[in-house]
Amino acid sequence: MDYFKLVALALVMLVSAIAADWGHDIAYRVHALIILAVAAGMFIWTLRRTDEPVGAAVTDTGYMDDVVRAGVIATAFWGVVGFLAGTFIAFQLAFPALNFDWGQPFTNFGRLRPLHTSAVIFAFGGNALIATSFYIVQRTSGVRLFGGKAAWFVFWGYQLFIVLAATGYLLGATQSKEYAEPEWYVDIWLTLVWVVYLIVFMGTIFTRKEKHIYVANWFLLSFIVTVAMLHIVNNLSIPVSIWGSKSVQVFAGVQDAMTQWWYGHNAVGFFLTAGFLGMMYYFVPKQAGRPVYSYKLSIIHFWALIFLYIWAGPHHLHYTALPDWASTLGMVFSIVLWMPSWGGMINGLMTLQGAWDKLRTDPIMRMFVISLGFYGMSTFEGPMMSIRAVNSLSHYTDWTIGHVHSGALGWNGMITFGALYFLTPRLWGRDKMYSMPAINWHFWLATIGIVLYAASMWVTGIMEGLMWREVDDQGFLVNSFADTVSAKFPMYVVRGLGGVMYLTGALIMVWNMWMTIRGAKPAVTPVPSATPAE
Amino acid sequence: MSDAPKVDKETGVETTGHSWDGIEELNSPLPRWWLWTFYLTIIWAIGYTIAYPAWPMVRGATEGVLGWSTRANVAADIEEHEALNADLANALVAADLTTLETGSDLLRYATSRGQAVFIANCSQCHGSGAAGVQAAGYPNLLDDAWLWGGEIDQIAYTVRHGIRNETDPDARWSEMPAFADIFSREETEAVVEYVYSLTSDDHDAALAETGSTLFLDNCAACHGDNAMGNPDLGAPNLSDAIWLYGGDRDTLTETVMNSRFGVMPAWGLRISEADVRAVSAYVHSLGGGE
Repeated sequence: MDYFKLVALALVMLVSAIAADWGHDIAYRVHALIILAVAAGMFIWTLRRTDEPVGAAVTDTGYMDDVVRAGVIATAFWGVVGFLAGTFIAFQLAFPALNFDWGQPFTNFGRLRPLHTSAVIFAFGGNALIATSFYIVQRTSGVRLFGGKAAWFVFWGYQLFIVLAATGYLLGATQSKEYAEPEWYVDIWLTLVWVVYLIVFMGTIFTRKEKHIYVANWFLLSFIVTVAMLHIVNNLSIPVSIWGSKSVQVFAGVQDAMTQWWYGHNAVGFFLTAGFLGMMYYFVPKQAGRPVYSYKLSIIHFWALIFLYIWAGPHHLHYTALPDWASTLGMVFSIVLWMPSWGGMINGLMTLQGAWDKLRTDPIMRMFVISLGFYGMSTFEGPMMSIRAVNSLSHYTDWTIGHVHSGALGWNGMITFGALYFLTPRLWGRDKMYSMPAINWHFWLATIGIVLYAASMWVTGIMEGLMWREVDDQGFLVNSFADTVSAKFPMYVVRGLGGVMYLTGALIMVWNMWMTIRGAKPAVTPVPSATPAE
Repeated sequence: MSDAPKVDKETGVETTGHSWDGIEELNSPLPRWWLWTFYLTIIWAIGYTIAYPAWPMVRGATEGVLGWSTRANVAADIEEHEALNADLANALVAADLTTLETGSDLLRYATSRGQAVFIANCSQCHGSGAAGVQAAGYPNLLDDAWLWGGEIDQIAYTVRHGIRNETDPDARWSEMPAFADIFSREETEAVVEYVYSLTSDDHDAALAETGSTLFLDNCAACHGDNAMGNPDLGAPNLSDAIWLYGGDRDTLTETVMNSRFGVMPAWGLRISEADVRAVSAYVHSLGGGE
């Protein structure tokens, strides 16, 4: 087995060395060198262990939590990276000198912006989803993860995807599709990693010891399956050369735009909504110590949500070349989606029935609750903004940015922080987090940061929307585009300050996690054995 | 898993009897307000898709009973706008620009239309306030210095045909030589010092004196003996302390050695005649018009 692995790694090294030499562009050559370095490292590691006696197979009992621990650390790390990038580009918009003439083209907003969005959505959010889904599916199925080391392949393969994507943006490799910027070979790699993820997750569910599949797993499975479909279809493209990063999309014009926003909206729907609802359905009842409010509601809102979400994408293309009928359907499905989205909020909040007092005493519970609050707010705002008349004011303005961030910072961020606070002491065998007041500080810094962010973007968004359409009594435009840009300056500073507060909160969390993990108790704790069906 | 449902003490609701890692589920009914709002949105959706274009069929899609269409709407908006000002627009195209009366409806119409044309088409280079960008050589349109003349019909000509472009044979055209091939290093320094001396007391008088001779021999043909420029040739006035690219020694040296070649598109090929006239009236009204 080791010899087979060594040969395979040697081949990878050879091909990537050739690719580094023949590559047509800098991004491709740097990526080839990164892959070469990874393969060389693994080669040496494998070589040194060849024919060594294999350690006793102690790890095959109990839950597989090493990979979850790694995921928790990766989530916190990428979170800080993503928030830092976001705060920096927020200030770039307020103070363009921060684009730095000496750093061109690498430090300009156009290259750093996808770095920020991918770091927070895919690196922070994606690692949070992978880590928590591995934790949840084991415990709610009563079995160890299926596939042995495949889970480690998913973890490290996903980190490699992140590094290739991020370095590609900085070096100028992009297919210019929002949230799907990575070029063809990075997409192929992610597809491979994702299929293994699906196999590990489904395999664990198939081998479960519980009779029923818990609702969290329905959501997580729908997230994994749909993201695979979205990713593959939206990234259908033909490489110009296998020795270069550039590729050409198979769709063109409005078909390409529609495919892109079918993908883009469902990245929100299935990555940031369905996946995170899966987290919510485990951590909220666990932290509250209460039963889930309504089984019926979870069934109805699950099926309604996944059926309706997939059609809502055209609302990103109102008043464009998209035919009117498609635009109408996108809007109608978005509005019908309102109640199914709120089903998750109701089920989460009402789970606190009989445990509301925890809001006073438990800052982790408070994080979950405020994340559900922001979830409810942004899933109301979204359908509202999909209405054509509202969209004609809000589209292309900062209102959209504010909407996305109230969802991302409020819902996705806060629930992930809550989950990290829940998992860290349990995974490292501690009684609780090192500092509860620090969690409280994190809570308030993040909450006020989000309020500053969202409020400033509402103000600038509505202001610039009104300025763009302002006409004089003879029907002529009053403002130039640059007028709206300069009018937004003060709110851009407020937005940046909101980002600083949010980032500060995350740094406090990282410190708190660090202090918890290195705490006095020995790091080696009895691995909890897989709980069979009670 | 205990399959027997039990009653939750806090709420008095039965559980489903399922349990995963200690998580149970209550068997609460769907909240009525939630269910009815959901139904309501579905009923509204059906009605809306009947009223508006919505359902794709084998050929085309349903058009909706209201006959609503974004293309028809925008066409109607434009038509309404144009009908509203049709008389004034026709009058503007027919008018002699030099005789537009101050305070007349036509001039007011021309300047507000011109401002809209300006912010959409011209502000990218000249700035939304028309102050230009010296670092890039985009002229300030607010001051009294005009390269090609600041009377309204001169401005209109510049707008219509542009400057040094390849698309319009009538474009305004002038080309200063790159003196790096003509002057020695010392000669360049001297000419720069002379030009610099025209607007600055802080200069080397002897060097400027040398430069003035070179200037008369090489530059005065276009810029004039006294360096006052010539709008017929687009030659800038060098004595008014207003600079297109900048009046410090380094920038002047760059200009003398490598020349400049600012380009403006021929807007007559891109916007309507009424728009050309309107934007000329607007620029003329900005304060520097002659």
